[in-house]
Amino acid sequence: MSSELTKLGVAEARAGLIAGDFTSEELTDANLAAMEAGRGLNAFITPTPEIAMQRARQSDIRRAGGEALGPMDGVPIAVKDLFCTEGVLTTAASHILDGFTPPYESTISANLRAAGAVMLGKTNMDEFAMGSANITSHYGAVKNPWHLDDGKDRVPGGSSGGSAAAVAANMATAAIGSDTGGSIRQPASFCGIVGMKPTYGRCSRWGMVAFASSLDQAGPMTKSVADAAIMLGAMAGFDLKDSTSADKPVPDFGAGLGQDLKGLRVGIPSEYRIDGMKSEIDDLWDRGATWLRDAGAETVEVSLKHTKYALPTYYIVAPAEASSNLARYDGVRYGLRVEAADLTGMYEATRGEGFGPEVRRRVMIGTYVLSAGYYDAYYVKAQKVRTLILQEFQAAFEDVDVLLTPTAPYPAFAIGEKMDDPIQMYINDIFTVPASLAGLPAISVPGGLSGDGLPLGLHLIAKPWDEATLFRAADVLERAAGFDAVPTGGVE
Amino acid sequence: MTYLIEGESGDWEVVIGLEVHAQITSEAKLFSGAATAFGAEPNSQVSLVDAAMPGMLPVINEHCVAQAVKTGLGLGAEINLHSVFERKNYFYPDLPQGYQISQYQHPVVGEGVVVLDMPDGPREIGIERLHMEQDAGKSLHDQDPKRTFIDLNRSGVALMEIVSKPDLRSPDEVGAYLRKLRAILRYLGTCDGNMEQGSMRCDVNVSVRHVGGDLRTRTETKNVNSMRFAMQTVVFEAERQVALYEDGGKVTQETRLFDASTGETRSMRSKEEAHDYRYFPDPDLLPLVITQEYVDAIAATLPELPDAKQARFMDAHGLGHENAALLVADKETADYFEAVLAAGGDAKLAANWTLHELFAVLNRERRDIGDSPVAAADLGKLVGLIHDGTISGRIAKDVFEIMLDSGGDPETIVADKGLKQITDTGAIEVVIDRVIADNPEQAQQVRDGNPKVGGWFVGQVMQATGGKANPAAVNELLKKKLG
Repeated sequence: MSSELTKLGVAEARAGLIAGDFTSEELTDANLAAMEAGRGLNAFITPTPEIAMQRARQSDIRRAGGEALGPMDGVPIAVKDLFCTEGVLTTAASHILDGFTPPYESTISANLRAAGAVMLGKTNMDEFAMGSANITSHYGAVKNPWHLDDGKDRVPGGSSGGSAAAVAANMATAAIGSDTGGSIRQPASFCGIVGMKPTYGRCSRWGMVAFASSLDQAGPMTKSVADAAIMLGAMAGFDLKDSTSADKPVPDFGAGLGQDLKGLRVGIPSEYRIDGMKSEIDDLWDRGATWLRDAGAETVEVSLKHTKYALPTYYIVAPAEASSNLARYDGVRYGLRVEAADLTGMYEATRGEGFGPEVRRRVMIGTYVLSAGYYDAYYVKAQKVRTLILQEFQAAFEDVDVLLTPTAPYPAFAIGEKMDDPIQMYINDIFTVPASLAGLPAISVPGGLSGDGLPLGLHLIAKPWDEATLFRAADVLERAAGFDAVPTGGVE
Repeated sequence: MTYLIEGESGDWEVVIGLEVHAQITSEAKLFSGAATAFGAEPNSQVSLVDAAMPGMLPVINEHCVAQAVKTGLGLGAEINLHSVFERKNYFYPDLPQGYQISQYQHPVVGEGVVVLDMPDGPREIGIERLHMEQDAGKSLHDQDPKRTFIDLNRSGVALMEIVSKPDLRSPDEVGAYLRKLRAILRYLGTCDGNMEQGSMRCDVNVSVRHVGGDLRTRTETKNVNSMRFAMQTVVFEAERQVALYEDGGKVTQETRLFDASTGETRSMRSKEEAHDYRYFPDPDLLPLVITQEYVDAIAATLPELPDAKQARFMDAHGLGHENAALLVADKETADYFEAVLAAGGDAKLAANWTLHELFAVLNRERRDIGDSPVAAADLGKLVGLIHDGTISGRIAKDVFEIMLDSGGDPETIVADKGLKQITDTGAIEVVIDRVIADNPEQAQQVRDGNPKVGGWFVGQVMQATGGKANPAAVNELLKKKLG
């Protein structure tokens, strides 16, 4: 029974809880057991079994009393360790936040808690969400539950690699992720799950450890499109504590699920066909377009000429903001302090030891591009290109309702690969970064398996605030793909 | 009144610009709800945002925006409907975020003007800009022999930085500018101007040049926290720079510190050591956009400012320039005077009694006018009693002393002590006749034309009436009788 329970998604778990087939305590206990069994994946930094069981019991009491809070009540979820959780160690997977236990709860985790969700633990991630393979964590790499017969462990993608692995390996019904340049969508693609980044401003950033403020967005990582729509409904909403949060009503994101796509126009951006991309990615992309047409949509080629500038633009804007956002980790008030003879020495020792190489690299890049004499050439220019990219999307959306692309240029690679050259790693996000720069909602849906049997995601991008159409199209892809493969590794 | 420094190579004039940091009067900080009271226990007024905890975000305090706009309007400045908060990045333990949120390229207030009332006429000093920014916390180096402690109570407190154009030319003008700016801020209620508590501090930019010559390198002396120190900074810097040039040397562009114990400035860091602050728009905050309607609504609440009030005191109430200027220099004084005038009816008497009698007492007792031992309404009544001839000015001084000693209503004091002036000429005549009869020799001296003795007679009559006789009536009657 228990291993069957862990396979459930949010909608199924909810149905079972309502029907009384099982309790939240049973469901939570099953997930905790799976987490224990799957420790080898290193998906969690801090499991919180006691909190989980307590909240599950409270949920069962509410439900028994006819006072269930909503669709997430009693559903066990994993929380990316980027979100501050009251009284629970929060590290952002960085040594520099050693021992940091916030006295406050992030808006996103608080919203989910208020909706009754049960926190299973804090998931591993790339340090400060900087990475695409979950290999930069101070707490060690996360392993993808998907294996091949070559004996190598594969990366789960990143930065929300722990959340993706936890959902893929059935250790959590769903998980919270965060996406700055693809950190939800790319690991979802690598792990064969659904990962969704909402419109910038849809989810409050309050209490989420900042990487790049103008790009960071929380989002759901789930086993189905319907689950993502349900979970986003519980996460989203205006927050007075975040000035960039949008004062917009939260619609029924799942309103369009189960429908066909008659009248929908889908853009296929030709610039996303990059040199040297494996034909299996192209083939999947074509299949995706066919599935959408089969459901009644019309597909058209569109041109997004500035796409090739998105990645370099992102790698100026995001590090610039990060270099400033991470200045607060100075050893003075919380987290790690490495003593030295004087103040400058303390700063250098603390930040030198506290930050890993990738974080240090990005802080250096960010500091450089904001420096006097370089600011105009890099930061200002990047902002201009960012505006062009946004305008180009706006122009495309005059003609089409959604855009279809692959999520990533390749499937999960082995741990240790692509580590020699940071640029090779950055190319992971080539298809996800443009939507991040433009603040657009986007989703990755499992589309099939690669030739050697690893999951590949299809990527949809929609107009700002039009998550409902995004989910409607994603639901069609999901049904057409019929993706039912399961990982071969991880939980025995 | 030109301030010039003589040198071998000719006369030097000094060019000064001030950057005044004024704490915005507000219950809460610029981007957090934490309190801002002065003198609270260290670290007792610190929110999660002020301590820069992970994931915390700034949210603009709308009241502070209104205060900045109000100040801009009070300085006759243009208000920018679109302004941007940027991050000024540098590391220091009392700067928890590692950056100060400030307005840099796009301030909320643009160019304006402050008019100084100088002895040789009015002087217009240009305002370059006004922007909002966060204050930093405080490093306490004297609590422990080895360690530095940090108090974050001031971290995030809202400041306005008011930047003048380099229009000031002397220490006196610097003093006058700071007094005038402080007065305007206090009239507006946007800054309490309390320099001792750090509510107002300034950076003093000084350069010298030959009269009419090209501008030369300037120095910036930081964080000067009194008007006197600002004036001393100018004197010291001007003389130091002239001496350097006269010796064939050069002035280095640098940041300096004022040492109050010596009255001197010393180098803090040179241009080469200057921070690269890496300003960029704060991505946690959207651009600050306000409407013209919003600005107009604030403009409608603007109080009468010192210049307008001074003109009204002179034009409508016939006060002289000097008295009017003294009365409006401080909002509390002006308010007090207006209350005295309202109750007393005579502007000149009200001004004299406020500026002379009352101020003498306040100076003696080291009290502020806000803490005056005599209420404005009571002083007004006293002025009224003089004005309508009920008591003489001399009796009024006695009544004033009684009011100081034991308080009370001047009308009651006059009635209880029977101090009402005798204006009945019949009654005065009786006394005069008696004094003349008692002093025949002196009466003869007066008749012989000795004016001194005439004065003596006035004194005798006043004494005999307990000072209550109307002095004008006494003079007149004596003149008639001893003519």
